[in-house]
Amino acid sequence: MQHSRTESAASEREEAVPASNRRADSRYDVAVIGAGVVGCAVARSFAVRGWRVLVLEKAADILEGASKGNSALLHTGYDEPEGSEELRILRDGFALYRRIHARMNLPLIETGALVVAWSKAERARLEAIRDLAHRNGTSDARILERDELRAREPRLSQDAMGAVLVPGEAVIDPWSAPLAYLSQAIGHGAELQRGAGVIRAERSDGGWRLDTSSGSYRSRIVVNCAGLFGDHVEALRGVEPGFAIRPRKGQFIVFDKPAGRLVSSIVLKVPNERTKGVLLAPTVFGNLLLGPTAEDQEDRSLAGTDEAMLRAIREDGERMLPDLAGQTVTACFAGLRPATEHRDYVLKADPAGWITVGGIRSTGLSASLGLGEWAATQGGRLLGDERPAPPDDELDWPEMPALSAQARRPYQLPRRGPIVCHCEWVTAPEVTAALGGAVPAGTLGGLKRRTRVMLGRCQGFGCAGEIARLAPHLMPPPARTDAAE
Amino acid sequence: MSLPTPRVLVVGAGPAGLAAAAALVRRGVGGVTLIDREPEPGGIARFCPHPTFGLADALRPMRGPAWVRRLARAAVPADLRLGTSVTAIRDDGSVLLSDRDGETECTPGHILLATGIREMPRAARLVSGDRPLNVLTTGALQRLVAAGGGLPFRRPVVVGSELVAFSAALTLRTNGAVPVAMIEAAARITARRPAELLTRRLLGIPVLCGHRLTAIRAQADDASRVRCVVVVGPDGTPREIACDAVIFTGRFVPEASLLADLASAEPPGQRLVDRASGGPAIDQAWRLARQGMFAAGNVLRPVETAGWAAAEGAAAGLAIADEIAGTLAPAMRRVPLLAADPVRLVTPSVIAVPGPLPGRLQMCLRMSRPALGHLTLAADGRVFWRSARFRALPERRLRLTRDLPDLADVGTLTAGFEET
Repeated sequence: MQHSRTESAASEREEAVPASNRRADSRYDVAVIGAGVVGCAVARSFAVRGWRVLVLEKAADILEGASKGNSALLHTGYDEPEGSEELRILRDGFALYRRIHARMNLPLIETGALVVAWSKAERARLEAIRDLAHRNGTSDARILERDELRAREPRLSQDAMGAVLVPGEAVIDPWSAPLAYLSQAIGHGAELQRGAGVIRAERSDGGWRLDTSSGSYRSRIVVNCAGLFGDHVEALRGVEPGFAIRPRKGQFIVFDKPAGRLVSSIVLKVPNERTKGVLLAPTVFGNLLLGPTAEDQEDRSLAGTDEAMLRAIREDGERMLPDLAGQTVTACFAGLRPATEHRDYVLKADPAGWITVGGIRSTGLSASLGLGEWAATQGGRLLGDERPAPPDDELDWPEMPALSAQARRPYQLPRRGPIVCHCEWVTAPEVTAALGGAVPAGTLGGLKRRTRVMLGRCQGFGCAGEIARLAPHLMPPPARTDAAE
Repeated sequence: MSLPTPRVLVVGAGPAGLAAAAALVRRGVGGVTLIDREPEPGGIARFCPHPTFGLADALRPMRGPAWVRRLARAAVPADLRLGTSVTAIRDDGSVLLSDRDGETECTPGHILLATGIREMPRAARLVSGDRPLNVLTTGALQRLVAAGGGLPFRRPVVVGSELVAFSAALTLRTNGAVPVAMIEAAARITARRPAELLTRRLLGIPVLCGHRLTAIRAQADDASRVRCVVVVGPDGTPREIACDAVIFTGRFVPEASLLADLASAEPPGQRLVDRASGGPAIDQAWRLARQGMFAAGNVLRPVETAGWAAAEGAAAGLAIADEIAGTLAPAMRRVPLLAADPVRLVTPSVIAVPGPLPGRLQMCLRMSRPALGHLTLAADGRVFWRSARFRALPERRLRLTRDLPDLADVGTLTAGFEET
């Protein structure tokens, strides 16, 4: 990753915190708890405004919780509840991603989405879906009749009776984006502490003292972006959280690249009372994604897959897209969404200097940049300086590696170094780069997400040895002695 | 890349590719380029230290690495380019190659696909459960061992009982890990008896046939570590087997993804990929339904021995040499040779008419389930050959050499099985 620093950024940061706002005992202005997609975006919004930011993450790498597994969509909000905070902030996040993604070399595949009706009853509901989309500001949503739908997606089953087309729905890279946000924050002076789970939060001299598993930190305000543990972190400061996380699991199947060409749009179902149902979506890496399920569970960390469930969604996918039969499965994964008992996000700014960004369930990737701006606006008030973000041209912009199938990848360039992963065409220098930089890979999963190694159809059959050579510190630790008996 | 356009491009320098290049060189064909994405030739055999190679060609038992070195020596006059990948084969026959100097394009006169197989990893098997580390294939295991540094586990479970499972068990044992069990869903192990005896007697590994792996569980205090696998035996009760790693072996998949990008909607007989095997659809002269494209070795189907793959490669090399010399009869018509259940697949999957090799045809077949009765060959539904009665097992490699009738008026051939 490279930074194209504009000269003003550093000096501005010095000037940005007026002396009157500094407190000798509060080392940081803002402590962000949790380095998921929301925490990364919140850190970005504060850091570019010149605040001194600390990000505390309990895991060994960023994006190890809810942000690890999702549908990778950039959502317009066409179907969100009218008048909700979620809708307003999601639309801000959507617009902000579109404005800044190219500066960071982040992909945006403008596939559009089709809400497909598979029965007469569903067909009868398309008008209402379109009308809500229009009221939600997605004015270009329109109905495609059967023939028009067939012309756009000829491989969909003949049972498709029509669809609402939402042209603005898009596909992005769910891991490079938050890594870019955090890298930009670090470019503006933010600090990241991994392996630092917050175990105590106490008011201390007008600010907060946060005790973590790796030391204590002081900060003037705190932003709780703890995702699946948001209510636990909220309770640390001795108040009723006002929300309870109810993890909702979503299982997905990733099909190999030949399947990525079977549809050109995101294919959604007409939602029913209970669920939005599974979707089919091309990915930026050229695969086809099928999922998610929606299963409530107690555990906040373990997200297992289930063969019967995966077979069921595969059958569902084959009913919608018959050519999916016989396609190779590249990967299966499950993600946990931090749902709560509330329909809307839980957004609070306590005058005591504590901001809560909770219950960000399935729309977090799309809304994150908007949530960052919301938090930084609230935070400015709490910090006594409602400063706006500087113009884009004055910011430091990290350039993310080209991972998208539509980008020109390093393996296609001269003097590329040896290819390590032959399924995803990842070169050794790309792996080495991901082991350094602003946020070095802290786990094997983190290395996979940064580079694509081991995420292809062979899942390490060909590259496990080379990865062990390049990143021995990320490989599984030596066997436990109790297991050796 | 400074690659002069090759007359013959052999993709993959495993046993099949090396033997093909050697055969072409022996026949005096110039301009043979043999490429492999790996830094060394030999394919998977170079990770197999057991002395089960070379009996067919070198007439003595050899270890994998020594045997592939022998093959590589025979292929020497060919232009061997390592660390070189084919990233795409296009409809017009042009090939995109990537090496250290970047991506370039060439249009070889002939292409031989000898890209081999890969094992089916956990994800593609849809196995339930948690996602700890130390869940890997034999291929990944052998590469980890080759990379040095020792194994990060001691008590793995081995899933599957094809020959490769015993290769995995040997690799584990020689690197300080003691498999706690070998799990096979079928009623009997896949590899032939001596391997089972070897496993039970010499390696002391319990072999659990009729057991299905239903889940992988992680440690409660550390989600990155395996705690156990859950298996269901013949009585239907699930039970846990404590272990610290899971090795998925076999269930090989042809590494034919290069063909997936080419048109795939053609009728049977013109298809590039045989849906039954997942590998290239070849005729009896190793040709695909595209001018100048050939395929041989384990990319054709899962899975024959390395020695067999090498023999196929050599035969395909000779077919290419014949075509260059103008002595290979062009395929005027391609008659599909279909597999009818319980026959799972047959190679070749196409018979070219008029045949370049008239008369005797050598076929490889696989069953989808055990069956007792007669293997049959039919032309347009009319059975013209029936084997003696025997028990056919899905795990066995079936080979068959038969005379074919005149196919001038035949639309479809079928390999089937009459159960009696």
